[in-house]
Amino acid sequence: MALLEVAKLEAFYGQTQVLRGLDFSLEEGGITTILGANGAGKTTTLRALCGMVRTRGDIVFGGSRISGAATESIVRHRIAHVPEGRGTFVRLSTEENLRLGAYTRKDSAGVEEDLERVFQYFPRLKERHRQQAGTLSGGEQQMLAVGRALMMRPRLMLLDEPSFGLAPNLTEELFDILGAINKERQVGMLVVEQNASLALAIASHAYLLETGRIVISGTAREIEQDETVRKAYLGY
Amino acid sequence: MELFLQQTFSGLAFGGIYACMALAVVMIYQATDHLNFAQGEMAMFSTYVAYTLITWGVPYWWTFLLAMAISFVGGLLVERIIVRPVEGTSVLNEVIVFIGLLAIFNSLAGWIWDYTIKPYPSPFPKEPILGNKFVGTHDLGVVGVTLVVLFAVFLFFRFTPVGLAMRAAAQDPASARLVGIRVGWMLALGWGLAAAIGAVAGMMVAPIVFLEPNMMGSILLYGFAGALLGGITNPAGAVVGGFTVGVLETLVGAYVPFIGNELKLSFALVLIIAVLVFRPSGLFGYVVVKRV
Repeated sequence: MALLEVAKLEAFYGQTQVLRGLDFSLEEGGITTILGANGAGKTTTLRALCGMVRTRGDIVFGGSRISGAATESIVRHRIAHVPEGRGTFVRLSTEENLRLGAYTRKDSAGVEEDLERVFQYFPRLKERHRQQAGTLSGGEQQMLAVGRALMMRPRLMLLDEPSFGLAPNLTEELFDILGAINKERQVGMLVVEQNASLALAIASHAYLLETGRIVISGTAREIEQDETVRKAYLGY
Repeated sequence: MELFLQQTFSGLAFGGIYACMALAVVMIYQATDHLNFAQGEMAMFSTYVAYTLITWGVPYWWTFLLAMAISFVGGLLVERIIVRPVEGTSVLNEVIVFIGLLAIFNSLAGWIWDYTIKPYPSPFPKEPILGNKFVGTHDLGVVGVTLVVLFAVFLFFRFTPVGLAMRAAAQDPASARLVGIRVGWMLALGWGLAAAIGAVAGMMVAPIVFLEPNMMGSILLYGFAGALLGGITNPAGAVVGGFTVGVLETLVGAYVPFIGNELKLSFALVLIIAVLVFRPSGLFGYVVVKRV
């Protein structure tokens, strides 16, 4: 059974309809990417899954219907959203930011274990665990956002532009880590990414979004070969 | 010298009370970006509840704790029932609701307990302790009680998961929801806590100014001054600001001849204006930079 099933998903900002009926599904433990130009509705898709915008249609996660529920209830199904702009709590310490990720968990032993694991993935965060998070560099804050999501011990991670503002070598490092997390912990991932070739390299499936509709879908390898995708998003 | 020490200590006692009011105001300001103008009247109402409990024969410290608990629930309910419907609608709506609350609590207290001035007991003995002549025992007690309460609030925010969640919800509600924090309830909790802290201020100041429906008006003004001086964005700063205002106000009243007791309150206003003109972020606040 699919981890996430989405049917006829529509999303609105006020009167403006942004998503015009999306149908897609995610495999348990797979990585899927959404490609598309600016304004196609990529970020809105992630926000819709978390109940952050007004939606119509069905979203079923792990067998339970989550569409229409409040954000704070949806994330209790262990869906971790790494938002656009990173969502850092700038006046809290790095460690407090990470601990907030585990806010809904009751297993304190598991939380400590996961904190250590996050520090293993991102040693920079351990060095700066007492520092005010707003003083971290952009790259460190991106790691913090991913780390905070991991603290939830998620079944699904929604990643919005994880490479945003990162130097190329940091971006590659981050994607290596994401790939490792996916393999080691079977965390499903839905990645929205400007850097299409990078996203397709770690993804198993991909969707191409244009003005709120899915126009192409398939495995990452098929999409890579697609003529329009290559011309418009991969640049060759 | 004796007068100076006496005045300073009396100032510290008032400072503790202002610090409580300042902290209550800052807690709600941080979560909503608005000053709760009804904070003083809520504290006054709490003190009347305590007064009723005492007339029923409940021992002082039980009354103290009960009044805090009742105020906590009351603050929570006020937020859930009255404030929540207008949250995030517009600044004007929210301010009007705050002012409406002020008027309601004031008239309600007058209606239930009438407007005559009532004495409120102090839990501390009248005789000076430690053989000194210049420090009133009530003043000393007030400083002690407010410090204990403020320290407890600090421990709560610094070391408990709920305290951390409340800070997170106040800073960034959208991110807080994404980690599963029920932001609306955190806001209500904040109102409850602020009301309980205000109740402490009311019960501590009532033996000095006597119990009547308008007793918190000037106290809240000094609380605002303290919050602004310390930095309305920094709870610890607001507490320091509250104590500072208390001491300054008392010393200014005692030593500056033309001010005296009558003009002391204008000192609070002058201070508020001075802070807003010369250092809007206060002594310990941070400057809010918005990227556009």
